[in-house]
Amino acid sequence: MVAMSKIATGNGHGENSPYFDGWKAYETNPFHPTDRPDGVIQMGLAENQLCFNFIKKWVVKHPEASLCSAQGVNKFKETALFQDYHGMPEFRQSVAKFMGKVRGDRVKFDPDRIVMSGGATGAHEMVAFCLADPGEAFLVPTPYYPGFDRDLRWRTGVELVPVVCESSNDFKITTNALETAYEKAKEANLRVKGLLITNPSNPLGTILDRETLKGIIEFINEKNIHLIGDEIYAATVFMEPEFVSISEILEEVECNRDLIHIVYSLSKDMGFPGFRVGIVYSYNDAVVSCARKMSSFGLVSTQTQHLIASMLSDDDFVDNFIMESKERLFRRHKYFTWSLSQVGIGSLKSNAGLFIWMDLRKLLKEKTFEAEMDLWQVIINEVKLNVSPGSSFHCNEPGWFRVCFANMDDQTMEVALLRIRTFMLEHNKAMVPRKLCSRSSLKLSFSRRQDDFMSQSIMSPHSPLPQSPLVQART
Amino acid sequence: MGLLSRKVTCNSHGQDSSYFLGWLEYEKNPYDEVKNPRGIIQMGLAENQLSFDLLESWLDKNPDVAGFKRDGQSIFKELALFQDYHGFPAFKKALLDFMAEIRGNKVTFDPNRIVLTAGATSANETLMFCLAEQGDAFLLPTPYYPGFDRDLRWRTGVEIVPIKCTSSNRFKITASALEDAYQRAQRKNLRVKGVLVTNPSNPLGTTMTREELDLLVNFITDKEIHLISDEIYSGTVFSSPAFVSIMEVFKDQNLEKTEIWERVHIVYSLSKDLGLPGFRVGAIYSNDPIVVAAATKMSSFGLVSSQTQYLLSAMLSDKKFTKEYIAKNHKRLRKRRSMLVAGLEKAGIDCLESNAGLFCWVDMRHLLSSDTFEAEMELWKRIVYDVKLNISPGSSCHCTEPGWFRVCFANMSEDTLKLAMQRLKSFVGSITGNDRSHQELKNSRRKFSSKWVFRLSFQSFHDREQDER
Repeated sequence: MVAMSKIATGNGHGENSPYFDGWKAYETNPFHPTDRPDGVIQMGLAENQLCFNFIKKWVVKHPEASLCSAQGVNKFKETALFQDYHGMPEFRQSVAKFMGKVRGDRVKFDPDRIVMSGGATGAHEMVAFCLADPGEAFLVPTPYYPGFDRDLRWRTGVELVPVVCESSNDFKITTNALETAYEKAKEANLRVKGLLITNPSNPLGTILDRETLKGIIEFINEKNIHLIGDEIYAATVFMEPEFVSISEILEEVECNRDLIHIVYSLSKDMGFPGFRVGIVYSYNDAVVSCARKMSSFGLVSTQTQHLIASMLSDDDFVDNFIMESKERLFRRHKYFTWSLSQVGIGSLKSNAGLFIWMDLRKLLKEKTFEAEMDLWQVIINEVKLNVSPGSSFHCNEPGWFRVCFANMDDQTMEVALLRIRTFMLEHNKAMVPRKLCSRSSLKLSFSRRQDDFMSQSIMSPHSPLPQSPLVQART
Repeated sequence: MGLLSRKVTCNSHGQDSSYFLGWLEYEKNPYDEVKNPRGIIQMGLAENQLSFDLLESWLDKNPDVAGFKRDGQSIFKELALFQDYHGFPAFKKALLDFMAEIRGNKVTFDPNRIVLTAGATSANETLMFCLAEQGDAFLLPTPYYPGFDRDLRWRTGVEIVPIKCTSSNRFKITASALEDAYQRAQRKNLRVKGVLVTNPSNPLGTTMTREELDLLVNFITDKEIHLISDEIYSGTVFSSPAFVSIMEVFKDQNLEKTEIWERVHIVYSLSKDLGLPGFRVGAIYSNDPIVVAAATKMSSFGLVSSQTQYLLSAMLSDKKFTKEYIAKNHKRLRKRRSMLVAGLEKAGIDCLESNAGLFCWVDMRHLLSSDTFEAEMELWKRIVYDVKLNISPGSSCHCTEPGWFRVCFANMSEDTLKLAMQRLKSFVGSITGNDRSHQELKNSRRKFSSKWVFRLSFQSFHDREQDER
């Protein structure tokens, strides 16, 4: 039997990662408020579902945006025939304008540098094909989106070398970390072709400050390597500090522009993952030219280009949408993080994204990734929440979890929070007998841990327990 | 620069081919009935523009689809969020029903075996990534669609080895041509992973005969390799013989449950059959579950927009509509082809007998100043720049014989086609009437051409002489 390719039969698709296991658990038993109230709540999918009613109003008011309507059908034929990989001019112009508005109009984007791709997924692969040959490498700060392992490496043969970021300084990207990663790649005989940053960060939900960005620009210029800025969460920055895009920094520092490329998409900012609108924006003419040819493998459906062009050229709608979306994300984020803190769960301080980087290190039986996996199994199977373990994001420290908050309605959010609350209380109750039997050296850490949780939750008016479990245990 | 990948700097994107250069010239000076009546007429683009009225009238009768509604309820959010690479079940079913209908319902398709991709361009590349390693080879009968050079080779590193077909037997695939290609690949130290055929053929416009299909089955069985059948023109078979899909052959030979069956993969698209290239709807249908699994994951790099899946699932589920569309479309294509053939005849030009596709494979060998590809290029440039018709030279399709051109007939109005034929007639008249050396060359060529070609060119020469007089 003739073999298939190694690419097809290998694991490069990355789907054996726990990131996807949680999804599978969700899929076999998905939560539904009435049909499946005990199902798994999906908190592992970074979707933006908060603004659909807002967008739908616009769609209803603008039937001409649909090629199928009586108002839009006069454009049907020419649009259906248009397969030019340059993309519809109106589409490029409206996307360029939108990208500018998302950055507070502090920069302008050139529609002629906009290249389409099959979502950001397709964009990343395409950029990798353009910038690197098989066996070469990109540096990527950890923790990073698990999909990169597939998107950048699978069919391209490119390697990823982690730039290890630490919780001790809130996972900031330091020049030291960059240099260390670069050296590591050299030692492994890997030629580094570029650095990929996600800003705002997935999974952290934080943005890079100006100093860090300048440091990064300096680093890539000095090493003469590319910088790929994945800015797909740019419009989800819901709070100060203000988002600073690579495109802005370029105007402020010396930089070889041929090294700069931005990946964008409407999947997160607008909540349109189904429409597959990915964008590669490069400041390098040769890359634009090559990427454009490659975009043949993943063009945006012109039916969708037409819809998006109509929508994003409506300035009032766009301005209002951006504001409204930020407002809703801010409120959801605030409520969620506050509720978690009420039961003693902290998270990395963040101002962007559709998720929080939850700190459950204290709940680990030991500081290992095995313990993280154990905890994660409990969260999926007992608490019935699909959250994503930090290890699937290549975090160097166990105990962190990415939890999405924008992909559900308020009621589901309340159910999720209730489950977390219940779990935390039960967990603390369960902790007591086990730990008392353990060796003395552990007793110390136990009592310290208890202090972190007990006072808060027992004092809370919502606690179902009449008295401290500590008291119970001693007797 | 050294800073970019080799893919950026190499030529495997194939865009330097005359196939694409002709398009560029067209774009600089495109014909428009009113605004630019002396511009270049595009006859190098295999589009189907003949049946849009049928699509538009369907849209008119189905307003729900326009408003992102299903049974009056808005499903905008559901569509906007749907990114499952398994695709919209209703769409897959409707698409497969359509494919079965095109094959006279002689075969049935399993929805678990289809993978949706962003156009056939993506489907073909994805199959290469699944079936071959860098440096492996696929055999392709010539002439073939120029885009394959990019789609199959560029980012995959897979090689193409031509199966040389000739006009002596109307470009049919023969056992010796297959074997010869295989041997050539071996001599180049290339491991052959499979054969890729386009059926109906682009650029020939012909459907494969049962004999050819049987030959292919035997060949892939014997060599233990894959077979990819690109059937994107299957819905454009407008006259007999009827289309025979590779699926049908396997069914008839009772090979459906065999191991060879798992090595057969079909590529489909709605770009040609429904005339919707802009919507990027392609598909891979494979009988190998591992290929389906791998290709499904790879489709992440080029999924079909959910908005488009929804529109087309509604349209293709309307069986009354699809039946009517297929029948009317065939009729119009048949008529259009006849117009082109008649116009060519008036210019003393013959073409390969064909029953499908959106183009004819036109024989202009008698117009060449010499039996060379240089002469073909010379003639092509004159046709593009002087006659102002963008047609595709056979060399861009890797034809082994100079003088053949692909001329499209379904991407323009009837009037434009008539004008194109008039221009061609005048051009032919001018070069054969005045050019003595050209006539002398033709006289000498007569001695070497094969019988049927001789008869044809002699005939047309005669006709022209009479016209001139």
